[in-house]
Amino acid sequence: MRQAARHHSSVTEELEVIAPSKLAIEGVSKSFRSASGTVLALDRVSLNVAEGEFVCLVGASGCGKTTLLNIIAGLEKPDSGTVLADGKPVTGPGRERLVMFQEPALFPWLDVFGNVLFGLKLKPNLTKKDRRDVATYYLELVGLSRFEHANIHELSGGMKQRVSLARALAPNPRMLLMDEPFAALDALTREQLYGDIQEIWKARRKTIVFVTHNVREAACLGDRVLVFSPHPGRIKEEFAVKLPRPRDINSVDLAAHATRITKALKSFGQAEAAVTG
Amino acid sequence: MKRFLLAAAFFVVLLLIWDVAFRTKIWSPVLLPSPWQVATYLKGAAVDGTLAKATVITMRRLLAGYFIGLVVGLPLGLLTARWKLFRDTIGTMALGLQTLPSVCWVPLALLWFGQTEAAMLFVVVMGTLWSVVIATETGVRNVPPIYRRAALTMGSKRLHMWFKVILPAALPFIVSGMKQGWAFAWRSLMAAEIFVTILTGFGLGQLLHYGRELSAMDQVIAIMLVIVVIGLLADKIFFSPIEKFLHRRWGTSQA
Repeated sequence: MRQAARHHSSVTEELEVIAPSKLAIEGVSKSFRSASGTVLALDRVSLNVAEGEFVCLVGASGCGKTTLLNIIAGLEKPDSGTVLADGKPVTGPGRERLVMFQEPALFPWLDVFGNVLFGLKLKPNLTKKDRRDVATYYLELVGLSRFEHANIHELSGGMKQRVSLARALAPNPRMLLMDEPFAALDALTREQLYGDIQEIWKARRKTIVFVTHNVREAACLGDRVLVFSPHPGRIKEEFAVKLPRPRDINSVDLAAHATRITKALKSFGQAEAAVTG
Repeated sequence: MKRFLLAAAFFVVLLLIWDVAFRTKIWSPVLLPSPWQVATYLKGAAVDGTLAKATVITMRRLLAGYFIGLVVGLPLGLLTARWKLFRDTIGTMALGLQTLPSVCWVPLALLWFGQTEAAMLFVVVMGTLWSVVIATETGVRNVPPIYRRAALTMGSKRLHMWFKVILPAALPFIVSGMKQGWAFAWRSLMAAEIFVTILTGFGLGQLLHYGRELSAMDQVIAIMLVIVVIGLLADKIFFSPIEKFLHRRWGTSQA
């Protein structure tokens, strides 16, 4: 009986706002072998992310922030340390934690709708109609209903990232991992997406870990901004951004936060230069 | 329309040159028949059913061999792409055998199978197989890793990963491999039919062969034309639509 009732209401259940995930990272280290020797990409990184929190990781390229994201996603394994998502160790990728990559990883052999359906088709207990309804809902959410049947190559960079976002949201993950998703976009498109992502974050209540090298972007989006230093990758400083939302990337208050964060970033850069020089 | 007219004019001029060459009588009419003689032969062969019968027989052999080549070649290509052991063994073998002109298989096939259908089938399969293996392997190995990673996070693995991600992602390569395989199968079959002189089941290659035996140049040229036209039609009917789809989906330039 309960089973039947559950099945019956699966679309509404699918679209229900579910509890966001919390994340506990403890002493994670990871090194890579390269031509010039072993590189310590992450050195005993610890980090807690609260349920529904929006956390931004900033740092220069090569500071290990993407590696950390991949480890949270389960795409890479740490050499040591633990990653707990909702108290359970992360052993591999899973649809509880979906990733939005910097380069649009959309599948060119599927149209827009097919791409959004992809993750849904892997979710058990959904009828064909459920899946279509859910995909339609998220395409509308990102404002691309009219492009359901467009081919991927026909979309602009911003539209591609919107589709990626819809695809990542569709299986209703508890956590969203975003790896510089807007880095390749023009400023105008980016500003639009800042607004959209804040709205969606509020509406869908996800825990978001967002990697970027753009300080303003981090200050605009994050509840907290964690600053990474490179070689070895470490979290050096933490900034809480307590500005009301939705935030405007061009606001003066935000600029003040960004300046503080930039200063911190630069100080490691100089320390680094002093060590190597 | 203009493109069509230009193309038509080109072929008409070609025919005219041929006709003029015939009329100058520089070459003996035995060696160079007129376009009309060839047309007459074609008409006769079409009316008495020789042509249709030979075409059906040839196509049956071709499709059987091509199909076997695909069914064996695709999985072999996947294996070579996936495991180093297969790459070092079967992959290397495929690379070597692909360079072997398919007509070189004919003597071996004749000794193994005699003047039989099996000999022809074997040659066609050998002609198709290796290019399909190599194209599949290349295609799979060129799939951007990001597709795999994205699919992994969405819960795709094993068979689902192979059938819904890796194979579709490799499709452009696989299709061009299939096209190449088709061209090789076609060449191999003609070689096989010309050399495997069985007494029943004349294909186009055999008609060509007996045209030579009888010094019937009109037959030789007519059959060659038929072979060319079939090749063109196969391309237009079978491969063009697939390629058009790929170009549209992937947004690659329309060749």
